[in-house]
Amino acid sequence: MPITAVNDFVVKFANVNGSGSASANGLFVKSILRSGVPVAARNIFPSNIQGLPTWYEVRVSGEGWMGRRGGVDLMVAMNPQTWDKDVAEIEPGGYLFYDSTRPMPADKFRSDITVIGAPLQRICNTAYSDPRQRQLFKNIIYIGVLAYLLGIENTVIETLLAEQFATKPKLIPANIEAFHMGVTYARENLKPLGLQVKTADAVGDRIFIEGNDAAGLGAVYGGATVCAWYPITPSTSLAESFTNWCQKLRVDKETGESKFAIVQAEDEIASIGMVVGAGWNGARAFTCTSGPGISLMQEFIGLSYFAEIPAVIFDVQRGGPSTGMPTRTQQSDILSAAYASHGDTKHVLLLPRDPGECFEFGAMAFDLADRLQTTIFVMLDLDMGMNEWLTEPFKWDDAKQLDRGKIMTAEMLDAGRDFGRYLDVDGDGVPFRTYPGTHPSKGAYFTRGTSRDRYARYSEEGAVYVDNMERLLRKFETAKSLVPQPIEAKAGKPTRFGVIHYGSTGPAMDEAMAALEAQGLYVDALRIRAFPFPGEVFDFIERHDLVFVIEQNRDAQLRTLLMAEGGVDPARLVKILHYEGAPITARFITKEITALMGAPVQSEMAK
Amino acid sequence: MTYIAKPKFAHPSLQPNAVGYTRRDYEGRVSTLCAGCGHDSISAAIVQACFELDLEPHRLAKLSGIGCSSKTPDYFLGASHGFNTVHGRMPSVLTGANLANRSLVYLGVSGDGDSASIGLGQFAHSIRRGVNMTYIVENNGVYGLTKGQFSATSDKGSKSKKGVVNHDSAIDMVSLALQLGATFVARSFSGDKAQLVPLIKAALRHKGAAFIDTISPCIAFNNHAGSTKSFDWVREHNEAVNRLDVMIGRSPITADYSEGSTVQVEQHDGTVLTLRKLAADYDPTDRIRAMGFLQERAAAGEVVTGLLYVDPEAEDLHDALGTTRTPLNELNTADLTPGSAALSDINASLR
Ligand SMILES: Cc1ncc(C[n+]2csc(CCOP(=O)(O)OP(=O)(O)O)c2C)c(N)n1
Ligand code: SF4
Repeated sequence: MPITAVNDFVVKFANVNGSGSASANGLFVKSILRSGVPVAARNIFPSNIQGLPTWYEVRVSGEGWMGRRGGVDLMVAMNPQTWDKDVAEIEPGGYLFYDSTRPMPADKFRSDITVIGAPLQRICNTAYSDPRQRQLFKNIIYIGVLAYLLGIENTVIETLLAEQFATKPKLIPANIEAFHMGVTYARENLKPLGLQVKTADAVGDRIFIEGNDAAGLGAVYGGATVCAWYPITPSTSLAESFTNWCQKLRVDKETGESKFAIVQAEDEIASIGMVVGAGWNGARAFTCTSGPGISLMQEFIGLSYFAEIPAVIFDVQRGGPSTGMPTRTQQSDILSAAYASHGDTKHVLLLPRDPGECFEFGAMAFDLADRLQTTIFVMLDLDMGMNEWLTEPFKWDDAKQLDRGKIMTAEMLDAGRDFGRYLDVDGDGVPFRTYPGTHPSKGAYFTRGTSRDRYARYSEEGAVYVDNMERLLRKFETAKSLVPQPIEAKAGKPTRFGVIHYGSTGPAMDEAMAALEAQGLYVDALRIRAFPFPGEVFDFIERHDLVFVIEQNRDAQLRTLLMAEGGVDPARLVKILHYEGAPITARFITKEITALMGAPVQSEMAK
Repeated sequence: MTYIAKPKFAHPSLQPNAVGYTRRDYEGRVSTLCAGCGHDSISAAIVQACFELDLEPHRLAKLSGIGCSSKTPDYFLGASHGFNTVHGRMPSVLTGANLANRSLVYLGVSGDGDSASIGLGQFAHSIRRGVNMTYIVENNGVYGLTKGQFSATSDKGSKSKKGVVNHDSAIDMVSLALQLGATFVARSFSGDKAQLVPLIKAALRHKGAAFIDTISPCIAFNNHAGSTKSFDWVREHNEAVNRLDVMIGRSPITADYSEGSTVQVEQHDGTVLTLRKLAADYDPTDRIRAMGFLQERAAAGEVVTGLLYVDPEAEDLHDALGTTRTPLNELNTADLTPGSAALSDINASLR
C-alpha cells in the first residue's frame, strides 16, 4: 500500500555536489514553510567541492517535530552514483522520483514502492542550449514537478523566486518559466502522490536560520568587537556571518568606520592568541573553530584560564578524531573542551540546542567571559551550525547593558581601593582587573602564565600556588549559578527513569519522548545547557534509579563528565550513543530506550 | 629641633621630563638575569628612550613571549601593564591587544628562540599585517633560559660553548622583516647605546610594524671565541650604516651635523629622523637596495647596524581594517548592540 500522509513525511534529495541543487532544494523547503507547515532540513554533504554525492533530507512535520525521524518516504534520486543505496532507503510503500530521460533496467527498482519518472534532461535539452542553464534549470523543473505532486501552491513558489532574485530581477521570469515547465509536465503526465502538503498555520512567527548565522548575530548583540579566526568546516560560516552582520549593523553611516575588527589569522594558535590579547586589553573577542582547532589552541586556553583573561570560543563540532569526518556531525569535543590544556583546568561550556539558543548563548558568552575572566566555550555542532532550523524568533531586552565584570577604574583606584589583581575581594573567586592604560601610577600589573601571588608578583611558593588554584575552583563554583540552568521535561506519569541529553539531540529527543509515551514507557528528560553542572543536574540523577545519557560520540563524554564532577555511580548512567556522522534520529532514541526499558524494566515499573 | 631639608637630587637623569616623570619612573623590578647579560643593556636603552620621548609610562603596553629576553619587560616601565604570554606567540597577543585599544603604544620584546624558531610564523604575520608596534628581538643566537642550545639565528659554522659546530643556516630576521614588508627595520647591538636608544625612540614613534634586531650576547652560553654573537665578535665586525637622531616637533634640534653627510626623514606624526651617514650612498628608504646591501655585507662577514629601512608614510592594520578611531574597548552597549527594533527586522527577514 502506498503511504498516504498529509504534512507528515520525509523527502530526501540525492544530488551531486556542485550541481547547483542547493538553492532549488532550499526553495522547496521554504515553499512548505510558507504554506505554514513546519520543516526540518538537513544537508548531508561530502568533504569535497564538486562531483561527490550530497543529500538533502527534508522532514515535513505538521506536528512540529524538528529532529530527524529516520527513513525516507519520497526519494528524489538525481544521482546515478548512489542509486542503489538511495532506493534501498525508501520506506515500504514509499515513492521514488527520478529523471526518466534514460531508461533504467527493471531490477533497479523495488516492487513495494511507487516509481514516478519525469524526463527532466529531455525537457531541459529541448528548452535550453547552454549547458549551465540545462543544469541549473533542471533543478527548478524538478521543483515544479514536486510542487504539483505534493500539492504545493504555485503562487508560493513564484513569490519565493521573486524574493530570491530581487537583486537580479532579470532572472525572475526565466526561473518562473522553468518552474512552470515542471508543473505543466506533471499535470499532463502524472498523478498527485499520497503525500500531500496542506496549507496550515503551524509555523507561527518562528524563523528559519542556521546555528552559525544565529551565533554570529549573537556575537554582535553580545558586544564582540574582535574576531580572529581560521577557516575550518563547519565553523567558517560563523565568522562569515559575523562579518556580514557587522557590515550591516556596525559600520558608522557617517564616517564609514567599523566598530569591529575581524582578522583571518594565519592559524588557530594565532587566532586564539589575538583573542587573548584583545580580552586582556578589555575588548570582547572571540574565535570560532572545530575540533582540530581546539587541539591547537590548548596552550593559550590554559593561559586564559590561569592568567584569567576573558575569551570566547565557538566550537562547531564535527566528526573526530584527527581530521575525522570533516563534514559530518558529532558531539565529541566535550571532554577536550571541558579540560582543555595541561595542568588542572576546567572551562565553562555552553550547550545550545538550536539556533535560538545559539543566538542567546552566543551573546551571553561575552558577559560570562567578562564576569568570570576566563574562556567560555559555546559548543555547537555541524548539524545545528550548518543547517537551517526552525526556531523561536530572536529576542532582546533593550534595558540590558553589557556586563563588563569586575573592572577597577581610575576613579576607584583614586578613591583608595586596594588593588590586587588576584585578590578574592567578594569571596566568589573572581578578582578585579584593570585595563592597560588606566591610571598613571596605580593599578598596573604584570600578567603571566607562571604562578604568582594575589598582587600578581611572581611566586613559586607552594602555599601561594595552592591559594590561587583554590580560588579558581571557587570561581568555577560561582559559574554554576551564572550559566543557563538545565530544563526538565516531566513524563506524563511519575517514573523512576530519566534521560539526560544536550545540544542538537534535543529535537529528536522531544519526539522520542512522545513516541515512548505512546508505547506506555515514561521517562523524565533533563536537557543540560551548560558545564559546570548546576546542582539540579545531580538532583535529577538522584531522583531517578536509572538515567539514560544520550550523546553523539563514541565514548559517552558527557557521562564521563557527570561521573567525574558529581561522583555519580556509573551503573546509574546508561549510555545511548549515536556517532556515525549523521544527526541522531527520533527512531534511534526510541528504539534504544525501548530495548533498555523492555519487558524486565516494565515489570520493574509495575512494582 | 633642627630641621634638615631633604637634599635636592642634582643627578641630571632625575630631572623630570616634559610629562613630569623622572628616569626612575621608567624603571621596573630589579633584573634577575645574569650580571652582564646583553638583555639588561637593552632594558636600560628602553628606559632611556621612553624617558626622552616623554612617553607616559602607563600609556605603553609591553608584551613578550618566554625566555630570558622575554622576562625583561618586568625590569623596565614598572608602571605599565605587561604580559608574558606563551613561547613564541607574543605577536598574536600583541595584535589582539592592539586591535582592542589603538590608543596605547605597543612594545613587543622577544628572543631569537622565541621569534625565529617556535614563533617564526607569528613574527612574520604580525609584520606583514603592519601591526602598529615596536618589535625588539634580543638576539643572542642561543636559547638562554633553557641553557645554551643553538637557535635559528646561530650562524652556520659558529660554535656552542661546548664546542659543537652549528651546521644549519641562520635566519636573518632583518632580511626577513624587509621581505615581509616591515615599514621600519633596524639592527643594533646591546653594547652600543648611542645607536640603540635613538633607534628605539624612532621605532616607538613609527606608525606601523617597526622591527629592531638587537644583537645581545648571552654571557652565560654565547660569549666565547667561536661565537658570532659575542661582544668581541660583534664589535670587530660591526658596520654601522648610519647614526640616528630623533627630533620631535617641539624639542630644540641639537643634533651634531658636522660628521659626514646627513639626510632627514619626516614621519607621519611629525617626528624627524636625522641620519648621519657613515656608509656612502646608503638610502634607508629603498627597500630593495637595503636587501641587497645586507646580503652583500653579510657575505663579507659584516654585521650591518643602523636604521636599514623606513617608510615614513606607512599605514597600520587599523587603517587597513577601517576601524573606528575610538578604541574598541571603549565602545559601550549603545555603540555595539543594535537593539530589539533591528532584531525584529532581522526576524522578519528570516521567515
Ligand atoms: C611550548 C614551549 N616549549 C618550550 C619551552 C621552553 N623554553 C623556554 S624559553 C626557551 C627558549 C628561549 O630562547 P630565546 O627566545 O632565544 O630567549 P633567551 O632566553 O635566549 O633570551 C624555551 C625553548 C616553553 N616555555 N614553551
Ligand atoms: S642565560 Fe644568557 S640570556 Fe639568559 S640571562 Fe644569562 S646571559 Fe642573559
